[in-house]
Order: sequence, then structure tokens, then C-alpha cells
Amino acid sequence: MAKAPTFDIPAFREDLANPAMVEGAMDHSQPFVAKPEHQEDLGFPGELVENWEQKAVEKLGDLLGKNKALRVYLDSCVKCGACTDKCHYYIGTGDPKNMPVARQDLLRSLYRRHFTLAGKIAPGLVGARDMDKEMLDDWYKYFHQCSQCRRCSVFCPYGIDTAEISMAARDIMDHIGVGQKYSNEILAKVHKIGNNLGLPKPALIDTMEGLEEDVLEDDGVAVRFPVDVQGADVLLVTPSADFFAEPHVDGLIGYAKVFHQAGINWTVSSYASEAANFAMFIGSYEQMHKVAARIRQAALDLGVKRVIFGECGHAWRVAYSFLNSLAGPWDFLDPKYPVPQHILEVTHDLIQRGAINLDPSANDDMTLTFHDSCNVARGSGMGNMEGGQFIIPREVIKASVNKFVEMDPATTCEKTFCCGGGGGLLTDDLMELRVKGALPRMEALKDVVDNNGVTHMAAICAICKSQFSKVMPYYGFPMDMIVSVHQLVSDAIQLGTKE
Amino acid sequence: MSSLTVAYAVAFYVAAAVLVLGLVVKIKQYATTPSPLKIPTMPAPRTRLGVVLRILREVIYFESLFKSNKWIWICAVLFHAGLWLVLARHLRYFIEPVWFWVVLVQPFGIYAGFAMIAGLVALWARRIVVNRVRYISGPSDHLMLALLVGIGFSGMMLRFVERTDIIAVKAFFLGLLRFDLQPLPAEMPLLVHLGLVITLMIVFPFSKLLHVPGVFFSPSRAQVDDAREKRHLAPWAAKLDAERDSAAAE
Repeated sequence: MAKAPTFDIPAFREDLANPAMVEGAMDHSQPFVAKPEHQEDLGFPGELVENWEQKAVEKLGDLLGKNKALRVYLDSCVKCGACTDKCHYYIGTGDPKNMPVARQDLLRSLYRRHFTLAGKIAPGLVGARDMDKEMLDDWYKYFHQCSQCRRCSVFCPYGIDTAEISMAARDIMDHIGVGQKYSNEILAKVHKIGNNLGLPKPALIDTMEGLEEDVLEDDGVAVRFPVDVQGADVLLVTPSADFFAEPHVDGLIGYAKVFHQAGINWTVSSYASEAANFAMFIGSYEQMHKVAARIRQAALDLGVKRVIFGECGHAWRVAYSFLNSLAGPWDFLDPKYPVPQHILEVTHDLIQRGAINLDPSANDDMTLTFHDSCNVARGSGMGNMEGGQFIIPREVIKASVNKFVEMDPATTCEKTFCCGGGGGLLTDDLMELRVKGALPRMEALKDVVDNNGVTHMAAICAICKSQFSKVMPYYGFPMDMIVSVHQLVSDAIQLGTKE
Repeated sequence: MSSLTVAYAVAFYVAAAVLVLGLVVKIKQYATTPSPLKIPTMPAPRTRLGVVLRILREVIYFESLFKSNKWIWICAVLFHAGLWLVLARHLRYFIEPVWFWVVLVQPFGIYAGFAMIAGLVALWARRIVVNRVRYISGPSDHLMLALLVGIGFSGMMLRFVERTDIIAVKAFFLGLLRFDLQPLPAEMPLLVHLGLVITLMIVFPFSKLLHVPGVFFSPSRAQVDDAREKRHLAPWAAKLDAERDSAAAE
């Protein structure tokens, strides 16, 4: 770590049942505000507009008419308390405004004031409030303490999804000129260059050539890493972190080896060189549509037959659940394959058909556990079967390693905890929040490390991988404990045995 | 006809109209507001039938609440199941002759009244004792519980302490249904009980009681997991596609 943290790292809890409440504990936490140029790049006002109180209400009204979820969720909450202890940010910080219901109420109070009879007649009775500076500050702070992981929605008797509320609130704030620098700056890069990192085509080609050389050196096999290959069968869309960050890039090497051994003719596109769609974080359908359109255009331009996504959590939610809406219809692709496919679906299928050979003993120096990424677990599916997103990654891991251990079932599958960095919060200006939000996952990991000798945790999300490499040292775990699932495949695959 | 009878009759007509119209407006709003994207909480059923079963599990035994917190679940089941039985028991005041199953349910309706009140009191205690729930409870949450406990308690008074002329009460309600007013017994516990019920009916479509229709329209529960197979497109979002395609054609 570069410098000592300026905050307390939460202790592992003795009693998991009743997280302590500390009012105002995270009142100081907020991400950098977008500069006017970040805002204007996306067509949002550069700074707080005149009449912003009024404009915020108007935008809320606009969203209410466009989004059933928002309507139903803002009306339906009975304040039963089922969600109150379910958010990793509440567990890690104790700030009551991080209880999902309290976070929703920040927006619900404005909704009630302007869109319900009770809130118009008796605001004090039903917690209805007008928009003012204090409310806007609370929105900016606490809607940027939600990673849109949907864990609360699993436990809500009405399925109220705080992610939807957070997205709406962020969209409203963007429209009155108060955006988040991290997400909006990245989105502008995607519009201009095609990926979150701003990696231009020559650098991308250079990187991919470098990977070809690395694999040739390490394995003695000429595995290709193609860019912009016209007429390839498969367009691979992967998070740009896969191109160079650790452990992400080991996953990308894994995909390439799988394609190599299965004889699949693939390419990445320099135009759509990003799987992640950060527009989901800011709740903007228009921005999501624009980002997704690049993938459609790349598929059309390159004349591919299939689109396959790399390991990325929010990207896979947008891909699996939204891409058909945002960028479809996909009638120009091969109808034999789902659009899009996840790389794990592809690898899993190849394993099932015996089309690739894996030797799990290659990973005998590791004992693995698996972190279900929140947006894959609760926002998407795999394999066209209910719960496939839990089964398929585990089957691929078990085919690649001999020693696999599950974490506490209260923290896996649909009940998994967010890594603490999802939903547009993976930025250094929110480091305290990220460290504290990782607490529940770190507790579950600690348990299997101490009791089952787990040495590594696999994940299938670029954000999880970056977040864990960064925060695990705070909890006494080495940063290289987090691995890509396809890194395990990469180590176990027996190249040259199938071609 | 006493002015009291007329007042209560008018109040019931108004309350029924507010309840029905209010719910119709809200249900129409829920049904017609588009969903731009597929957002079922996964894993979700892959067929329409699966979704119907998911929602039935949600409304009959509160599946998600069961996953969340066993105490809230027990209290909520006591209250809601109790309320259903009590309502079933009350049907006999509105129909003549009384259906066979309504006769059968009569003795259970009494126990259910106790269960309902016990559930409500326990839920109320949570709002005071559990700090997290205390934090999120507003005045309207307490008032709603007070209203429901008041209805339950005054109802139990009518059954066990100050028994009212139930034949006359039934005649009053049958009269309401037939637009043929019959006198309402002027007894305080009865008037309190009915007054609170009228309040509840009026408050219903403007309060959190909208969770009743809401649960059926919640996209995270009511959507099928078929995004890759079937293209889902909101009408307002379709114009973005048209702009995209015309830009691509140029």
C-alpha cells in the first residue's frame, strides 16, 4: 500500500446477525463531481442548472412515466425491515442511510411530496420532502454508496430493487448538472475511443501481439490474439481491463487458448473494445443504447456470426438481460447460438463435448473458492437454465482444479455479496467505502482460508478482480489471491492434444 | 331513518368508491407504464407459468421474506393469514343465504382475530425495539398499525365484551348492497369499528397498502427470464433504434 489509510478497517464481526448502527458514519463519503466537460461530453448540463429543484422533480416525473419498476417500487415499500441488514455497505459502515430502505427513502420522500396525494396533504406524516440542497447532498453521497448489486431485492417481499432507485437518482442528478466524474469521464472515452481505458487501436494491437509472444514463449504454442479480423466467426467483447491488468489478462489468455484448441476463428474489435457498459451505473437508457450500438456496429462491420462476452459482471448483466433490447434485433447472426454468449458457456460446452482437454492437476498448488459476482448472480443467467450462472462457472472451475471449497451459502449464489466496488464505485476517491463494503465477503473468505486451507478465490468480473486485488491487503490477504476463472482454464488446458 | 345511519351509509358508499376507483387508477398506472428493460431478480423462471408460480409463492407464503428474516415472516404471516380468515368470516354479513364454506370458517375466524392482533402487536414492537426498524419507521407507519390494531381490537370487543345486535348489523349491510337503507344500531364499539374500517378503505389507495397490487406488477418478480430469446422493447425506446438505424444507413 502506498500510504496508510485514513480510516479504520472494519474488524471481522463476532456476531453476524445484528450489524451495529452508527448514524452519519459515511456522511463524509462522496466521489469527485464531474467537471463541466465530462458532463457536456454526454449531453448533460455542465453544472447545477438554474431552477434545479424544479428540474429534478420534472425529471423524476419523466422517469415515472417510462419505468414501471420505479413507480411500483416507490409506492410499495411497507418499511418491514427485511432489507435493513442485507446491504454490504450497511454491514461494513453501520451508516443507517446505507440500509436499502433508507437509501430508497431519499428519493421516495421527493416522490411522495410531488406525486402522491398523502405527500401533498400531509408531508410530515408520510416523510414527504421538497428538494433542497440538503437532499441533493444526501443523494449525491448515498446514491454513490450503492453498488446496484440487487442483494436487497432478493429479500424484499415485493422485489423492490434499490439498484433501480439509485439509477434513477443518478440519472436525475446528471440531468440537473451534478454527475459523477468517474463514470461520466469513462463513458466519454468509450464514445470517443471504444473502451473504458482509452486504449487506442495501435496500442490494442501492440498489446495483443505481446500476448501472442508471451504464450509462445511460455507454452511453445502459437495462440493467436486477433484484432479487427474481417469475416471472423466470433466477435469477442471483453472488459478492457482484460488487455493488461492482473489477474484479468490471464483470463484473456485463457479465452484465447480455448478458442485455439476448439478451432474457433475469433477476433476482438478496436471499435467495440469494451464489454462494460458504464451507462447502466448512471441509469441512462440513452447512454446505454449508444454504448451498446458500438457492439452492434462492430458485429455488422466485421461480418461475424456470433458474439461472445468475456468475464465481466455488470457487462454480462447488460449483455444477457439488456443487449437484445438495446442493440437488437440480432437477426443477422447465426441463430444456432444465443446472442450474446458468455465465454464460460462456450468453454463449458466444449468441456462437455470433450472438445478441449483439461488437466486439473496443473492447479494442484491452489485450493480454490468462488466469488459469485453480484450482477452475474442476480442480474443475468447462463446456459438457458434457471441458476445456470451458478452451475456453469463452478463446473468449469472443478474441471480445471482438484481442490474446490464453497464459502458460507449465506454469501454465495443469489445471496452473494458485492465485492464492494461495483456500480460505478471502483474509484480511488471512494476507497474507504470500497474497503468497508468488502467486509462481508472478506469474512466469508477468512472462514474458508482458516478452516479449509483456501489459497485463491476465483471471480468472473473485471470489477471484482480489480477491487479485490486492491482491498484484500487491507484485510491481511495477498493481492494475488484473486484469479480469473479462465486463468485456471489457461493453466489446465492441454494445448496440442486436440488440434 | 336516523341521521347516524344515513351518515354511515354515505360514508361507506364514499369509502367504497374511493377504494375501488383509487385502486383502478393505480392498477391501470402499474399495468400501462412500460418497462424499458428485463430486470427479473435472478435466478428467475424461464416460462410465464413459472412466473405465475413465483408470484403465488410470494403472495401466499412470502417466499422472499422467509429468506430474509424469520421473525418478520412469522409476524407477517400471523397478521395476513389472520386477516384473510377474519375477512372470510365477515362475509356472512354481506350474503344471504350464507355460503357453506363461510359457515365452516366461522369458528376459525375467531382464533384468526387473535392471531391477527398478535401479529400486528409484534410487528409494532419491532418498530420500537429493533433499532434498524425504528430508524426507518415514520409517523404513518405507526398510524397504520394503530388503525389496524384498532379495527381488530374493536372487532374483538364486539364479539366478546359488548355484543352488538348482529342481526341488525347484517340488515344494515344487506340494505347498503340493495340500496335499501336499514337502521344501524347506535352502539359505540360498533361505530368505532366501522369508522376505522371506513378510514382504512379511504386510505388504502394512497398509502403503502399499495403493496397489495404492487407485488403483482413488480418487474423483478413478474418478468420471465427470456431476454436473449425474445426482444423486449418499450415503445418510447423504439425511436432510439430508428435513429440508430437511419444513422447507420447514411
